[in-house]
Amino acid sequence: MSDTNWISAVLTAARPQAVAALLRYFRDLDTAEEAFQEACLRALKAWPANGPPRDAAAWLIMVGKNSAIDAVRRQRRLQPLPPDELISDLSDAEAELADRVDEADYRDDILRLLFVCCHKELPATQQIALALRIVSGLSVRQIANAFLVSEAAMEQRITRAKARVAAAQVPFEAPGAIERAERLGVVAAMVYLVFNEGYTTNVAEQGARAPLCEEAIRLGRLLLRLFPTEPEIMALTALLLLQHARADARFDADGMAVVLEEQDRSRWNSKLIAEGLALVEKALRHRRPGPYQVQAAIAALHARAARFEDTNWDEIDLLYGTLERMQPSPVVTLNRAVAVLMTRGPADALAMIEPLAGKLGGYFYFHGARGAFLKKLGRAEEARVAFDRAIALANTPAEAAHIRRQIDRLAASVELQPDTIGGARP
Amino acid sequence: MQYAILCYHDEKVTCAWSKEQDDAVMAKLGGVMDRLTRQGKLGPVARLLPTTAATTLRKDREQPIVIDGPFAETKEQLLGFYIVDCQSLEEALDIARELGQSNPGGAYEIRPVGVFFPGKTA
Repeated sequence: MSDTNWISAVLTAARPQAVAALLRYFRDLDTAEEAFQEACLRALKAWPANGPPRDAAAWLIMVGKNSAIDAVRRQRRLQPLPPDELISDLSDAEAELADRVDEADYRDDILRLLFVCCHKELPATQQIALALRIVSGLSVRQIANAFLVSEAAMEQRITRAKARVAAAQVPFEAPGAIERAERLGVVAAMVYLVFNEGYTTNVAEQGARAPLCEEAIRLGRLLLRLFPTEPEIMALTALLLLQHARADARFDADGMAVVLEEQDRSRWNSKLIAEGLALVEKALRHRRPGPYQVQAAIAALHARAARFEDTNWDEIDLLYGTLERMQPSPVVTLNRAVAVLMTRGPADALAMIEPLAGKLGGYFYFHGARGAFLKKLGRAEEARVAFDRAIALANTPAEAAHIRRQIDRLAASVELQPDTIGGARP
Repeated sequence: MQYAILCYHDEKVTCAWSKEQDDAVMAKLGGVMDRLTRQGKLGPVARLLPTTAATTLRKDREQPIVIDGPFAETKEQLLGFYIVDCQSLEEALDIARELGQSNPGGAYEIRPVGVFFPGKTA
């Protein structure tokens, strides 16, 4: 393995902290990114000989800062009116740098960097793209591949998002406690979106999109290192780990989606599950419940069941009930109905979702679930109509194929697609 | 004499390894471990989950308190350990050097073992 590969891991690890610090110095995303790029180029020249410095982030910040100052000085010779405030801002920072080495000290910087990517005027997909580009350091091509669009289209999307962020006021003052908590909530939601974007139901896309899930987990762990006592951040990271642990089991050799009930649990990633369960346990000790904790607890119950038959559906039903109260949503109720099917039977499950027809009439999973419940009740003809409706609404060929199999096996047992994140889908 | 080889590395960096890199590291370490096992020199080995999964019990006060996260916020984290049975510190250092070739960066602390209880879990 070449040195470059190892160095790139060090650069990736240092990136959020370094770009965040450079953003604070320069107060401009493009300048910060360019400075970091320049520092990386110099690292690739300097590090192979001596190995990375012990504090790679501090090295990159210092070198990036100096290279950007050089660039400003060069411009200064050409431009009669130099941006003085930019220069003076930097001289303060230098003395400060020596003491600021720990990532935890950069907490507000890194949170700010993540937060500017979540600007509320940006549509969700642009927030995700921006975060992956700026914080994770994925190339435009990698992001384009993950979003299944052309590189040119993604380049344009990111440029537009950056312009929008630049036009907005980036909040540089240190946030108060309440503001910090608000920012953290917004950023956590973005990390969740990154994961969902990668959590595809289509095997053809899985390879391309898996990096999104891995980046989301990395961002979750980053948030957790910055806020090690926040139960909701523990739970968010746990939720992502527990969902991602099933990645290899979610599709069969032919690329068909495999529902939770039929997954080969020996293919679940036990290491990710162990980490997820540890985080759930830590989070619940705080006795400060929140929606991510409830969802992670549900995911943990699935992960703990050695076989599908061992799943504790009563507990899952209760937890969805809690989630319904915290975050009322027809999708949460739909997910709860699956647990109700297991605990109280198809009649109760169907009764629970019938009132949702108005809100979820255009939702694939609603009709898939309804068809499955009707099938269980022996109402084959109505089930067929519901399944046909689901096929018409399927987002991917895999979803449609999955429902077609249901129709083929109208006599078999119920199969909604419980392998979604509770309430995650719109 | 038994030595613990305690592995320290920046876990942000080890978490940034690609799956291929991680697999290559584990394969190389596996090779060294196989040889040590054949020579009857390898005791228990553990790779720890990230420190974000850690909890610390501080017992330096009347009522011990539970803190989220690792005991110390350090640049490099304790990521795992090997117990090896060696004739000398030199030999333990040789093993550590060999293990160290699997990936750059980080450090190994070689620490003689005082009491060793092999334990048993179900």
